[in-house]
Amino acid sequence: MQCQECGNRPATLHFTKIVGGEKTELHICETCARDKGELIPGTQSGFSIHNLLSGLMNFDPAGAGTEMKQPAVRCDTCGMTYNQFSKIGRFGCSECYKHFDERLDPLLKRVHGNTAHVGKVPKRAGGKVRTKREIDELKKEMQDRIEHEDFESAAQLRDRIKNLEKEVSGG
Amino acid sequence: MAKRKYVKHALSQWMKTDGPDSDVVLSSRVRLARNLQCSPFPMLATPEQSQAAMEQLLGVAESGRLNGLGPLDLIRLSELTELEKLVLVEKHLISPNLANESRNGALILSENEDISVMVNEEDHLRIQILRPGFQIREAWEMASKIDDVFEEQVDYAFDEKRGYLTSCPTNVGTGIRASVMMHLPALVLTGQINRILSAVAQVGLTVRGLYGEGSEATGNLFQVSNQITLGQSEQEIVENLHQVARQMIEHEKAARMKLLADSRVRIEDRIRRSYGILSHAAIMDSKEAAQRLSDVRLGVHLGLLPQVVEQTLNELLVSMQPGFLQQAYGEALHPEQRDMTRADLIRSRLEISS
Repeated sequence: MQCQECGNRPATLHFTKIVGGEKTELHICETCARDKGELIPGTQSGFSIHNLLSGLMNFDPAGAGTEMKQPAVRCDTCGMTYNQFSKIGRFGCSECYKHFDERLDPLLKRVHGNTAHVGKVPKRAGGKVRTKREIDELKKEMQDRIEHEDFESAAQLRDRIKNLEKEVSGG
Repeated sequence: MAKRKYVKHALSQWMKTDGPDSDVVLSSRVRLARNLQCSPFPMLATPEQSQAAMEQLLGVAESGRLNGLGPLDLIRLSELTELEKLVLVEKHLISPNLANESRNGALILSENEDISVMVNEEDHLRIQILRPGFQIREAWEMASKIDDVFEEQVDYAFDEKRGYLTSCPTNVGTGIRASVMMHLPALVLTGQINRILSAVAQVGLTVRGLYGEGSEATGNLFQVSNQITLGQSEQEIVENLHQVARQMIEHEKAARMKLLADSRVRIEDRIRRSYGILSHAAIMDSKEAAQRLSDVRLGVHLGLLPQVVEQTLNELLVSMQPGFLQQAYGEALHPEQRDMTRADLIRSRLEISS
């Protein structure tokens, strides 16, 4: 393994840092470690490993050159790992979304500014989602009716909501 | 082999009708990305799996469920020659990705070519609607209807939280890409274009060239489309694009009027020179052709070149592309021969239209 700093000499010092479950590794040679200011643990120095590593932490996992080892998150259905996904930028199958779920929020936030769908819901596959959204809509409408003291319509809406709620929990 | 009509004619039937604001907007397009629930995305699918996905999706068209759309052509990409694929790409009926990368790729095409459904592109299903002029809302409504028909027949990969699941995270949620193809010569000439394009980028839209992702904006043609697919409803996305495009149309029209008012002779000179060169040159590369045709198009819309018909320009835009030139010529052409053939073609078309 080559030193990550100079790329010439073999790396003889290996640091591992784990932050929030993300493991980051640093491999450098002794010369570079000295140049960096007595990085070698146990010697008295103000330099903290963190200074050096914090730069690495900002790298995108897909970024080149950094040998970041991530715990292997893998999609059981198609076999794609999160690392592969972050390199090619494409999911392997629809189940990848479930298996990589925890890691997707920051990514989707960055791409779309959002993490949750609010648009069209398919009739069949959407099934209950569609009904739930309808219930939300009706509840809003009912509140509106109540505020306008139109209690008759509000009562009708309440009954419809009840029926729909039965549908969701029952069916 | 008998040439199919969609390979023979450069101008799709749908382009022959005039759309609203067609002096600025050439066409509007909506594309929906959908996937089947229990099959890996096309990139990872085995040949058997992608074959099954293709048969299932083509089956929806075969079942007659899409009959309301008129006669449909079902085309397996494996039946086409490389040149025929290239021609379909140049007509925007399929993507370069479907033409070159796909396995068991297929196309469902309506008779007037305004509906093209790609199978086994990056996603299992890509429903694309094209409309002449500025009709982005109409295109979305049509796409949604076709989407409903497919959903009745096949199980979509849909998640309550993430929406329609797509191969690329940039499409997840609504899976919608709505775009308008705009001709903005006056904004370019008056130097306003960069300011406008950067403003457009700030409201979640993106601008590309004529042939989509990665293509350069030649001939002052800009494709403006939504970037975000998640966290906004389709109506919001379409409406946002509509409003921004509407403003761009007004800016372009105002810039054209200003050009005429401030420097009529100079702009007229430029347009007439380009027309002169196009109707007389013997060698014409695609970049120069695009720029000169843009000048001529502007001339037509400013009423300075009454002898030229807008449709001729739309047709040339497609038929001067390498694939089309070669298939019209009947054999492969060197780039140099292409430039000569292109010049011949443009000359003859401008003559006919005058």
